[in-house]
Amino acid sequence: MKRSRYLAPKRQTLIWLALAGYAVFALFPLIWVVMMSFKSHIDIISPVPKFIFTPSLENYKAILFGGQSMQYEAGQTDFLLYFKNSCIITISAVVLSLLAGVPASYALARYRFRFKDDIAFTFLSFRFAPEIAVIIPIYILYQKLHLYNTYVGLIFVYQLITLPLIVWIIRGYFEDISVEIEQAAKLDGYSWWGVFTKIALPLVKPGLASTAVLAFIFAWNNFIFGLILGSSDTYPSTVGTLGFISYESVLWGQMAAATVITIMPPLILAIFIQKYLVRGLTMGAIRG
Amino acid sequence: MKQGERRWQDRYLPYLIILPALALTIGILYPFVLAVIYSLTDYRLVSPTRHFIGLSNYLDSFLDINFWYSLAVTLLYAALTIIIEVPLGLGVAMLLNHEIRGIRSFRFILIIPLMMPPVIAALMWKMIMAENGILNYFIGLIGAAPVPWLANTYSLLSIVLIDVWLYTPFCAIILLAGLQSLPKEPYESALVDRASAFFVFRRLTLPMLKPFLILTILFRTMDSLKMFDLIYATTKGSHSTMLIQVSAYYEAFRWYNMGKSLSHMIIIWVVIFIVSRILVSWWNRAMQRATGIER
Repeated sequence: MKRSRYLAPKRQTLIWLALAGYAVFALFPLIWVVMMSFKSHIDIISPVPKFIFTPSLENYKAILFGGQSMQYEAGQTDFLLYFKNSCIITISAVVLSLLAGVPASYALARYRFRFKDDIAFTFLSFRFAPEIAVIIPIYILYQKLHLYNTYVGLIFVYQLITLPLIVWIIRGYFEDISVEIEQAAKLDGYSWWGVFTKIALPLVKPGLASTAVLAFIFAWNNFIFGLILGSSDTYPSTVGTLGFISYESVLWGQMAAATVITIMPPLILAIFIQKYLVRGLTMGAIRG
Repeated sequence: MKQGERRWQDRYLPYLIILPALALTIGILYPFVLAVIYSLTDYRLVSPTRHFIGLSNYLDSFLDINFWYSLAVTLLYAALTIIIEVPLGLGVAMLLNHEIRGIRSFRFILIIPLMMPPVIAALMWKMIMAENGILNYFIGLIGAAPVPWLANTYSLLSIVLIDVWLYTPFCAIILLAGLQSLPKEPYESALVDRASAFFVFRRLTLPMLKPFLILTILFRTMDSLKMFDLIYATTKGSHSTMLIQVSAYYEAFRWYNMGKSLSHMIIIWVVIFIVSRILVSWWNRAMQRATGIER
């Protein structure tokens, strides 16, 4: 559908302007909050919004190293801990899902066996289940098993996000590679493990990496599991950032700084997976 | 011996490979089963005993005005977001489907909101929609009175706006992938026939894009019906934004009525399940018509 050759320059300009308009809508909140994070408290509460101001690192210092900020008591939130929690929970959840899910997705792509479609559908249904329905029983179980407010507990519950994604999308990548190569390897005496690790895995490597990154992003962005099943020791940074709002006041500047730090990992990673994004977002339904 | 070994392998190997994932799945399924069982009890976190009370929670829900209210707000929210996001996303996708200068940058800018944690996106908008925030400043510039964006009457629409900001890109990139996969020939013959742009859109683009549109609506419906993050971060579930999953959260973790909360969740789950089955069967039919391949 490359019809650009037929486009008059005037129409091109119009399209460009319409897109630029949308880009402003998409980027403005982000730019404003980044600016806010570098402002002093006085500049933030100024009745006329300041587009030009003396940047200060005050907010970042306050959330990273604690200490007095001008207006309020020393940091009530331990943002650095929350950021670390996010890293530990998210990375472990993705690694666990890869270890369990990649072989499973290979089996689903390559073998015929009973209950295959039921098993695959079960994985998918997790994607659409309302979270609270599963959180309440897990909350009750975790209280009994002493898994409430632990990394292990959270890593396990994050499987609800990462496992369906990895199983469904990587299954599609395995289905894309031709069976003949693997059959040839089998005739050469490779066991299934040899075929899987030496032939199949290297062929799906780019898809594998991008799916892992996408799973990381979705897990990182989750809020509700940490909110209910964690506490101040294990809160991820999405929950921690909300902590800058209290009944007495909102620490706007520090919240803006925490926001900027929290969105950094997913935004940076997004650059690398653009090509694979559509496939990932549709659980492999569209093979772009 | 070798032969027997082979057969053993062929039969059980898949299960063996899938075992770790299956174990995790069963670990996840177990709470799901518990959810159904608990919804049939008067489970309260603060009381030591619980009794099987059959479908009482469900019957109570159907007689509870607050339940119907939450369900109605949820359906309204889902309808509003989809009615705005899908056409807008289609428009953006069609714009992005031109090879003009800077198109790659535009495509990347588009996915930025989508990669953000929804709760953080909501917080960003909360800062913007604050009483003396930048949005009210802009509105003041054109002479209008400041709007209490996240107060009662406006709040649902304001959160719909945040949802539109966050998820229109989702619709746009899926529909863009759809547009790029369409065959070129029909467009070339339309060009020869000098068909109007409207005719081409109505008779070529829309029908061919149908599977992609259904898929987009499917994903957006599922996620809108269980929206929680945007509400919690902005209004914490004020009366006019009390979506069903937010009210279930309070029912369970403020009032400790686990059984009642779960019965609400299972009802919405059934709704999601039915809607998704219908959409998936439409999608399968549209795909068959579009590709001739049975799925």
